[in-house]
Amino acid sequence: MQKELWKGNEAIAEAAVRAGCRAYFGYPITPQNEIPEYMSVRMPEAGGVFVQAESEIAAINMVYGAAAAGVRAMTSSSSPGISLKQEGISYLIGAELPAVIVNMMRGGPGLGTIQAGQADYFQATRSPGHGDGRMIVLAPSGIQEAADLVAEAFDLADIYRNPVMILADGMIGQMMEPIVWHERKPAELPPKDWAALGREGDGRTHFVTSLRLQSAENEVFNQQLMGKYQQIARDEVRWEAIDCQDAQIIIVAYGTTARICQSAARKLKQEGIRVGVFRPIGLWPYPYEALRKLAEQDTVRSVLTVEMSLGQMVEDVRLAVCGVKPTPFYGRTGGMIPETEQVADQVHQILREVKA
Amino acid sequence: MSQIVYQRSPGLKDVETHYCPGCHHGIVHKLIAEVLTEMDLLDTAVGVCPVGCSVLAGNYINCDFIEAAHGRAPAVATGVKRTHPELPVFTYQGDGDLASIGTAEIVHATMRGEKFTTIFINNAIYGMTGGQMAPTTLEGQKSTTSQSGRDRKIHGLPVRMAEMLATLDGMAYAERVCVADIPSLNKAKRAIKKAFTLQQKGIGFTFIEVLSTCPTNWGMSPVEAGRWVQSTMSQYYPLGVVKDAEVPA
Repeated sequence: MQKELWKGNEAIAEAAVRAGCRAYFGYPITPQNEIPEYMSVRMPEAGGVFVQAESEIAAINMVYGAAAAGVRAMTSSSSPGISLKQEGISYLIGAELPAVIVNMMRGGPGLGTIQAGQADYFQATRSPGHGDGRMIVLAPSGIQEAADLVAEAFDLADIYRNPVMILADGMIGQMMEPIVWHERKPAELPPKDWAALGREGDGRTHFVTSLRLQSAENEVFNQQLMGKYQQIARDEVRWEAIDCQDAQIIIVAYGTTARICQSAARKLKQEGIRVGVFRPIGLWPYPYEALRKLAEQDTVRSVLTVEMSLGQMVEDVRLAVCGVKPTPFYGRTGGMIPETEQVADQVHQILREVKA
Repeated sequence: MSQIVYQRSPGLKDVETHYCPGCHHGIVHKLIAEVLTEMDLLDTAVGVCPVGCSVLAGNYINCDFIEAAHGRAPAVATGVKRTHPELPVFTYQGDGDLASIGTAEIVHATMRGEKFTTIFINNAIYGMTGGQMAPTTLEGQKSTTSQSGRDRKIHGLPVRMAEMLATLDGMAYAERVCVADIPSLNKAKRAIKKAFTLQQKGIGFTFIEVLSTCPTNWGMSPVEAGRWVQSTMSQYYPLGVVKDAEVPA
């Protein structure tokens, strides 16, 4: 198949259209602006809807409306804008509506910077909005994977009737890479018989709502959600383990950081140091078991986490490794990107400490 | 021989509402239900009911409904109407919802000329949360957060949403009505019908503001509350057509 050179943001937008997304609502914020720009042209071409909303809040609520009416809908933003979308994400979860949200993360907190960051990990995986909700979070480390995961995200959203987030750092949105457009087999999806599109033939009405005023009823609903999340945690774990068998050091990283760590691992291999890279592709649910098994190998001396944050995913790494091996952390933050040399230095230092 | 002279509209579900005695929500629900029935829109209409006393409207009006977050109904309705232009879509919003937390959403939906209808219930107070001051609370009116009465020096004066939104080109039709007596109620029904008719023609945004009661939080009897709408509220919020894009100014 022919390879095409695509910029990350545009590939994500095109992948959404190819996945049957027919409603996009967004608001400008760097570094994701190519997504609404591309959609403003491409959506009408594809017979879909594009609206530049007055705010991120309005955009996510337009997604809520389109999703409630049974349409595959999407919005995108970057860190400060995602904070504004959290209200709507919670309502999507509470009303069990499918939707895809792209967060092209930048360095925070506050207005921060427009350069790449990974400091929204807690927000995405722990607290996508108020209440007992969860959100499936997928983290591409390249443009090909970003395009592939967008298609998967729409299916997962429909299957589980839950919002799904593509959590990428600004680097993924801005860089260009050759990709192939795969033909995807259409997934078997449940019918959207809950959608508010007019009454059923027998006069039955639909009421899409997250309001359950009776606490006992609301508890039962939350328990049902929990059942759904347990199923997702069992069936939707995604990761890649690169050279982790018999490794001395395992580096855990996702997104752009995982690519940098792979470069560091290749460099260290030339020095005779066996370094594996464990790359979670899904951040929620997290691949705890896979990581624990690899960390338990006798050869493994240490499990190093590298992030573009002050240490967020490392908490999941520590939950997975559960104290059986040391779990040091190295992070750059605020829009700074770790360099291959710096990661390699961390590994050297760990090995020195282990020997000492 | 007996003859049916009045019965529940098929546009209403056969359930009791949770509204207080003397509250006008039930009357406005009935008018919407009758209009949708008469226009044969019950099978296709989609209502959006955001946070407030009427968040349960979907349990009462016999068409599809989507509950929305506080103030966001115009954005949710945009998502529905843009993806399904063939469906009649309406929002049903209170004054705290539309004139306070949802100001951005209603202004921009109007500006874009979104082709849905908004029924705006203005009862000059926050009802569901227990009687706090709203942007529409009248000068001197007491509420739980303006206990000495609304003071223009501290709170400013109440906002007239129909007039404010009518300054925008996207507004096709705006009318303010009340349902405090039978002639007003009949006028209100005609206004709601006109709004849905214009929506079906795809002309632009249509907006009906209904001056309504909240006897519980006003501390009035149902009869006193109805009279207050006519004697006091309608002085500050004049009834009538605010804008009709089909009629040249």
